[in-house]
Amino acid sequence: MERIPILKMGDCLLVSIQVDMHDRLAMQLQDDLTARIAETAARGVLIDISALEMVDSFIGRMLGNIAAMSRVLDAQTVVVGMRPAVAITLVELGMSLPGVRTALNVEKGMELLATSMGAAAGADGHGTAFD
Amino acid sequence: MVLLSTDRLALERDEHIVIVRQTVRQRAIELGFSLVDQTKIVTAASELARNTIQHGGGGSAIVETVNDGARRGLRLSFEDNGPGIADISLAMKDGYTTGGGLGLGLSGAKRLSNEFSIASAVGEGTRVVITRWKA
Repeated sequence: MERIPILKMGDCLLVSIQVDMHDRLAMQLQDDLTARIAETAARGVLIDISALEMVDSFIGRMLGNIAAMSRVLDAQTVVVGMRPAVAITLVELGMSLPGVRTALNVEKGMELLATSMGAAAGADGHGTAFD
Repeated sequence: MVLLSTDRLALERDEHIVIVRQTVRQRAIELGFSLVDQTKIVTAASELARNTIQHGGGGSAIVETVNDGARRGLRLSFEDNGPGIADISLAMKDGYTTGGGLGLGLSGAKRLSNEFSIASAVGEGTRVVITRWKA
C-alpha cells in the first residue's frame, strides 16, 4: 500500500511530502505519524511541505490534527517549506493553521525544534538529540 | 462566451480529486495564469470536487477554457445528483459543516474565484460553477 515515509533522526521524526496526496493517503500519514510518535517516544516532528503545490482545507486540517495529536503525545510539530503561493491561497481560503508552528525551511525548522525541545528538557529533565 | 476546451471528469473516489487538481493546473498553466492564480483555482477546485463526492455522493467536474471576447479564463462546474442543499445561505457560511470538515469548502472556493454560482434542489442535486479570469 502507498505510504508517505517517516524517518527517525535522534528523537525527531521527519516527513517530507513529495506527492500530490489523495485524502486517504493524508489520513494514513496522520495515523502512521501518531503511531510512530508513541512507538519511538519522539519529542519532535518536522513536516516538509516544500514540494506541495497546493494545501486545501483537508490537508490543512490534517496538519492541524498532527500538531494537536503530537502535542498530546508530548512531541512538538513544525511544518516547514510552505510555498508563498500556497500560503496566500490558504489564508484566502480561510485557514491560518492556528496551533501549527511553521518555519521557512528544514534548517530553521530543526533549529526551532532543538530550541523548544531543549527548553522542554530543561523544564522536565528529558534529554534531546541536540544536547 | 467562446469555449476553447472542455474536459469532463468523473468524481466518484478521492483519487479523482487529485485528477481534477492536475487537470485544472494544466489548463491554468496553458492559459498563462500566474503561480498564485493557478494555486487559487486549483485549491478551489479541490474543495468543490471533495464536496461533490462527500456531500453529493459523486458526480462530475467540467473544466472549460473560455473566452468572453475581452479575456480568457477557466470555468469549472461541479455537478451531482445527490440530496441537494436545503439552505444555501447557511451552507455558504464559514464554519458551517454537515460532513465533519471545517466548513470552508463553499465559502473558501467562492473567495478564491472571480465568479461563483450555486444552484441546488433538495432530492435532485447541486451544481456549483466558478470562473477565474486571467489577470
